[in-house]
Parts: sequence; structure tokens; C-alpha cells
Amino acid sequence: MSDVYIVGAGIHPFGRTEGRDGMDQGVFAVKQALADTDIDWKDIEFAFGGSAASGAADTMVSKLGLTGIQFINVSNGCATGGSALNAAASSIKSGEYDIGMAVGFDKHPRGAFNADPGSYGLPNWYGEAGYMLTTQFFGAKIMRYMHENNLSNETLGRVAEKAFRNGAKTDHAWRRSEVDLETIMNAPMISDPLNKYMFCSPAEGAVALILASEKKAKELGGPMIKLKTSVMRTRPPGSFEVFAASIDVERGGTATELASQAAFEQAGMGPEDIDVAQLQDTEAGAEIMHMAENGFCAHGDQEQWLREGRTEISGELPVNTDGGCLACGEPIGASGLRQVYENVVQLRGTAGERQVPDDPKTAYTQVYGAPGVSAVTILQR
Amino acid sequence: MAAQPIADNLFTEDMSALIGARNKETGQIFFPLPLTESDHIEPVALASRGTVWTYTVQRFPPKTPYAGPTDPETFKPYVVAYVELPGQTMVESRLTGIEPEDVRIGMEVELTAIPLDPDAPAEDQKLIHAFRPV
Repeated sequence: MSDVYIVGAGIHPFGRTEGRDGMDQGVFAVKQALADTDIDWKDIEFAFGGSAASGAADTMVSKLGLTGIQFINVSNGCATGGSALNAAASSIKSGEYDIGMAVGFDKHPRGAFNADPGSYGLPNWYGEAGYMLTTQFFGAKIMRYMHENNLSNETLGRVAEKAFRNGAKTDHAWRRSEVDLETIMNAPMISDPLNKYMFCSPAEGAVALILASEKKAKELGGPMIKLKTSVMRTRPPGSFEVFAASIDVERGGTATELASQAAFEQAGMGPEDIDVAQLQDTEAGAEIMHMAENGFCAHGDQEQWLREGRTEISGELPVNTDGGCLACGEPIGASGLRQVYENVVQLRGTAGERQVPDDPKTAYTQVYGAPGVSAVTILQR
Repeated sequence: MAAQPIADNLFTEDMSALIGARNKETGQIFFPLPLTESDHIEPVALASRGTVWTYTVQRFPPKTPYAGPTDPETFKPYVVAYVELPGQTMVESRLTGIEPEDVRIGMEVELTAIPLDPDAPAEDQKLIHAFRPV
């Protein structure tokens, strides 16, 4: 079994790009990743890719070159990018291939995702009566979590404040201006306790990562960023997911807890070994819950962590160093790969203004979303 | 004709309870009754009293398929809660008869029915489920 290395990374800036569709943003990211690796498209032996709303990834061969490459489409909800990476890593680990690519891209219309009850197995009245909104789910979930763990609304505000502070230092981010805590706390409510600065928006963007076997990576001669593990998990019984007309009285675990535990076990590491983490922050509450679900702190300790700045770029565990989804927006197919891209940049030490100090060696990503899926990676230099 | 429920199979005939579903094999109770019939699922009348497990407030008018009033000038934010029906399930439901600021997790509530659009003519009104403070 070969170890797997990330030898190249490319990104199309997140946010809004008029006149360029999601697929073309994907092609942009692939070309940048190829240049980063100093190889040509014809050198890529296989690819896994996906988007939620911008078409079948394999059709990008018409823009990149008809090399006859094996190109497999991945459709896995919010874990699309993570699953593409996972599959690409397995293809190299197995010894079947030496170099390949994972790509994710998307371009969503403005505003909240518009969902159809029927496609979730729900009756029409559920939508007509005003329940078909993802924002309600996020509000209700963090409302309960804050109640159980005695967390204040200001903790949510601190997450958003940090996201915009980091986004302001990030070339690929969408929101590039800092917003102070007072402005955040006084903003109009969307779905209590979450206000307009505490939600990410559907957006656009693309990321491509090039993976190689150890032998190939050494040949290429670039920085050796090892993909220690890549894990994807689905929800256990009793989890609390979007568009649930009812939830069980008996509460259970989460997909993230399963993915995180498996990832740490496979990597032979623990949360205390991680130098930088990118955690799913669809809204500010998600980052708070995920700090604990991934094992980085105890439930309820988040308030103190944020107040003391422990998850700032200069803190003991920097979280969402590029501003996360809150500052970058969420193109579903690309979002999980953006986290890995950011970690590659951090481990190479080329993150500029937002570089985590003291030469980080290990980096963690976690993506979570509908319909109760989570994917985790651990990188090591 | 008086106001009608927004859908069949939502309330029991006398409107005193919501219709949930019970999995005969596992005993799990959930809501609502699935769209398609199945041998191992049977309808069950849910408890009409419970407690607020969590909630949020819908502060802006939803887009389609929402069928209630959406005029941004007059839109009234509504509370969406999960109400724990002891030993059964937690049902997603609006709360009524209480302002968003006064809602508390753990408060006791009971089932009622409210018009989706109170300003619609009586014959066009559709009733949706909601819980109100006891």
C-alpha cells in the first residue's frame, strides 16, 4: 500500500464571478493545480469530481483535453468534494495509479437554497406551512445546543468576527472586510439565535487537488504533504438533520463524531496533535458544535476558547484560517476541498498574512452537511 | 364551508391530535404518516400535550413552496419549535399565542390548529398544526 501525497493544489476564487459558469471555474482550478505541480493534463492518470448544481464533472475533459483519462463523477451531497478526495486517495493507496486528481466546483443562485419537499420524502404541506428552510434547522439545532451547554449568543458573534477577520487576509475568500463584534451582534435576526452575519451564503467556486504516490511525489520534488487519512461517514441513529418533521426523543451521536473518531484512529493521532483545523461553519453555531464533535474541546468549553482567542490564527488551535464558509460562501461541490486546499497552503508555509506561526506540521479538515454526512481529512508534512 | 386542514392524514378526524406513524417492528414513532403505505407502519394518534425541546423564529417571508402571507411589509415572524411528546417523538410545529421573546425551552404546550393565512376568506382558509402555551 502506498502512502498518498497532495502534490498540487488549485483554487478558483470563491464568491461571485459573473460570466463564468461552475464548470469553467472547475477548469480554472484544475489548470492552476497542474501549474502548481509543474505537470500537464496528459500526466494525470485518473480523476474523481463532482458538483451539486453545475453539471457532470467528467465533461470537463472537453476543455482540458481528450486524453482518454478515467474520470468518475461523485454526487454525495455536502460531502461531494470529500468523497472525491477519498476515492482518489484509495486509487493511489491500492497501487492501481500513481497520480490523479480530485476536483469540486459549483455555482448556486443567490439566496437560501430552495428545496422541494417531495425530494426529501415529505408531504407538500410541509413546504406550504413554512418549514422547508435550512435556516430554521440551523437555528433550532444551535438553540438547543446553547441551552444544554450554557453558551451565550456572543459566542456565535465571536465566531463570525473571526471568520471575517481571517477572510480579509485571504485571496480566495468572498467576504474580504472585517466586521466588529458590536455590528455583528446588532444585525437583523434570520433564524434565532442566528443573525445575518452568522450564516454563510450559497456561492461559487472550485478547487482541484492533485494526489500522488510516495514514489511519484518524490520524483516531482515539491513539498511532501502527506494525506494521512481521508474518512467519510453517514449519520447514526438519533442524529438531528435538516428537514426533519420529527426527531427521536432518544438522542444519538453525529456523522461528524463517527468520521472524526475513525480519522484519528487511522492516523494514530489525537486532537491534541493537530496544529490547524478547518471545521464546517455553515453558520456560526456549526463551528462551535464541531469544535467539540471533533474532539478539540469539551462541550460547553467553546465560550471560553473563543473569548481567549484560542482558535485565532495566533492561538493554540487556529480554526478556519481562510474565514471558512462564513467568509468564502458555500459552493457545495467545492467546499470540502477548499478546506484541504487551505491546509496544504498552511503546511507549505505560503499562506502569507494568514499564515499560522511556528511551522505547523499537522492539519485537520471536517465537512458536514445534508443529508447527515461528514468527511474528515488529516494532512501531515 | 368552514376552514379545512391543509392536508389529509395530518390531524385525527376530531382535530384533537396529530397523526403520527409507528414502526411495528422497531416501535419507533415518527411524524407525519409517510406518503406511501407500508405493511410495517401503522397510524398512531400523537399526544396533544408536550414541552418545547428547542425552537427558532422565522424572521423573513419564506419563498415558494410557502403558501402563507409573504408581503414583507406585513410579514409576522413565526416560531418553529420541536415539541417533545413524552415517550413518542418530537414534532416540528409552529407555536401560537406567544411572542418569540417569551418562548422558553421546557415550557408546556398543547396542540391546536391555526389558519395558515388569517386574513384569507373563511372558505379559503387552510388549517395547520401549532402548539400553544398551557
